Amino acid sequence: MSESSFVYVTYIRTTPEKLWQALIDPEFTRKYWFQAWQESEWKPGASWRLMVPDGRVTDSGEVIEIEPHRRLVLSWRNEFKPELRAEGYSRLTYLLEPQGDTVKLTVMHEIDVPKAKFIEAVSNGWPHILASLKSLLETGASLEATRRWPKEKM
Amino acid sequence: MDDVFRALADPSRRELLDRLFARNGQTLNELCDRLAEAGASMTRQAVSKHLAILEGANLVATVRRGREKLHYLNPVPIHEIAERWIGKYERHRLSALAELKKGLEAKKDSEAKDE
Repeated sequence: MSESSFVYVTYIRTTPEKLWQALIDPEFTRKYWFQAWQESEWKPGASWRLMVPDGRVTDSGEVIEIEPHRRLVLSWRNEFKPELRAEGYSRLTYLLEPQGDTVKLTVMHEIDVPKAKFIEAVSNGWPHILASLKSLLETGASLEATRRWPKEKM
Repeated sequence: MDDVFRALADPSRRELLDRLFARNGQTLNELCDRLAEAGASMTRQAVSKHLAILEGANLVATVRRGREKLHYLNPVPIHEIAERWIGKYERHRLSALAELKKGLEAKKDSEAKDE
């Protein structure tokens, strides 16, 4: 395992197809991911960018592995803050596993930097985003706190 | 949600979560070694049993790397519980109160040490 990493797991009452769409479709991500959306052709080697409402790119990387409805691996570097950008590329893995009437979603984010500031920064965001994604898929409404890009992040 | 509260209702299991909070992604052996170093009296069997309960409640997520099983603190269920009762308006006030409590208690601790 890399020097700095975390693993988050949530069980969502949905199908792998719907969850997959929610993870990549801009219409969906804007609702639970602080209005952010991703730009990519979603094939191995394609570039990947995370955009915020004012059109800036906060993070960028590449699609490393993609297996629709099952597994997505991205390289991911912050483009926003020099101290985070300096740590280089991290690796993000989404794993979708059907379990009964739910899908187990595992999110792993790792980087080969000891005590990485990047991992500390993103690990504050993921629990909000994942709780909101679950709420959106199960109830049709995302969580209030994740519907706007926070001003203090600018 | 019952699983989460049941899992959290035990001090040994909270101790294990604290250990993973301090250092995420540990094996069973690493956890046992660190607990022994700290003088805790939890057997390997007990640690293993508590980890299984925490994993059942989704408070611990595990990843296999080769022959090793790494344990990670998974805060998502606690977050889901918090979101259920704590709205966005309250969060800022609560975190301000938590900071105040932390600040005052840290001050009290350092005063106690000075005496």
